[in-house]
Amino acid sequence: MEKVLLVDDEKEFLDTMAERMEARDMNVTTTTSPKEALKKAQEESYDAIILDLQMPEMDGLETLKELKKKNPDLQVILLTGHATVQKGVEAMKLGATDLLEKPADLKVLTEKIKKAHTRKMVLVQKKAEEKVRHILAEKGW
Amino acid sequence: MVDRTDVGNASELQYFGKMTASISHEIKNVMAIINESAGLLEDYSLMAEKGMAIDPERLKVVSDRVTMQIRRADRITKNLNNLAHSVDEFHKSIDLKETLALAVGLSGRFADMRSIRLEFQPPSDVPTVITSSFHLLNLIWRVLDFAMGMSGTEKMIGLTYDSDAESVKIRFTGLAAAPNAPEAIFPTAGEAVLLRILGATIQQDAKGGVITLVLPKDVRQQVKTDC
Repeated sequence: MEKVLLVDDEKEFLDTMAERMEARDMNVTTTTSPKEALKKAQEESYDAIILDLQMPEMDGLETLKELKKKNPDLQVILLTGHATVQKGVEAMKLGATDLLEKPADLKVLTEKIKKAHTRKMVLVQKKAEEKVRHILAEKGW
Repeated sequence: MVDRTDVGNASELQYFGKMTASISHEIKNVMAIINESAGLLEDYSLMAEKGMAIDPERLKVVSDRVTMQIRRADRITKNLNNLAHSVDEFHKSIDLKETLALAVGLSGRFADMRSIRLEFQPPSDVPTVITSSFHLLNLIWRVLDFAMGMSGTEKMIGLTYDSDAESVKIRFTGLAAAPNAPEAIFPTAGEAVLLRILGATIQQDAKGGVITLVLPKDVRQQVKTDC
């Protein structure tokens, strides 16, 4: 079961999207506040964070930058009303996993979440292997 | 060589572009909610096909959500239509209350993005003004944009007006008290062109956190006087 954090200032969008994603066996947490999203991302481990590009308090790119600063391995998918090439490039440079235009096709989004989940698992596994290698090297076995 | 006309034209296009981009973004948000609601209804029908009982209350929630978004889209497109028609005639008779409500409606999303509340408090008096509607909308946006950037701790910008025989005074309240500073940075060349077109002036009470836009009731009379 994928664990997803959904961040968008449109509550109606969040409620509907969350219900649909939960029906597809995803564990969904929602928030309309980017600041709360940063807090939640520190407290919990998510397979993917779906982030709206334009929000009050902090815009999506700023939130993405903060999320990545705290955890570079986070898989963040951006949702936007208008996906301009410039925003897309900026988002990718900041480490976004993907960028989707609203209204998004849930099938496509679900696939991207699953890919993000796999990528996260690979990263977790790599880190565990590195840790073991480091211990082995230190102990000199 | 860039002259005042160029500055004015650029400002007009910039305003039109900014407002229509914001409107299209809002429509996309509405479409996204309707799209997910349609998807949710499809999910329910698939569940029903598999023999699962669907609570009618859940259907009602989705139906209400779609109705609400259609109303929202209607409001947004009405604003877009009114903005588009503001350039029909250069000088025309406008209902000031309606025009200010439109200006506030068009600026709403920008205020939301800055977590600022816009409060339009029209008095019962509804003056008719002969002016350039499009340029007035543009100027009000510029003042609102500046006022939002200077908003006080309450994060609320108020908008109201009063009138006498010759002019109307549109007041923007809720700016943080900042003696001396605002006069030095506002109005800029962009506002100056619009003020000239509208025969209007701007008065600033920096200590009180108020900007007043004084607009002639008939800009054609103002132009004659100037000649």
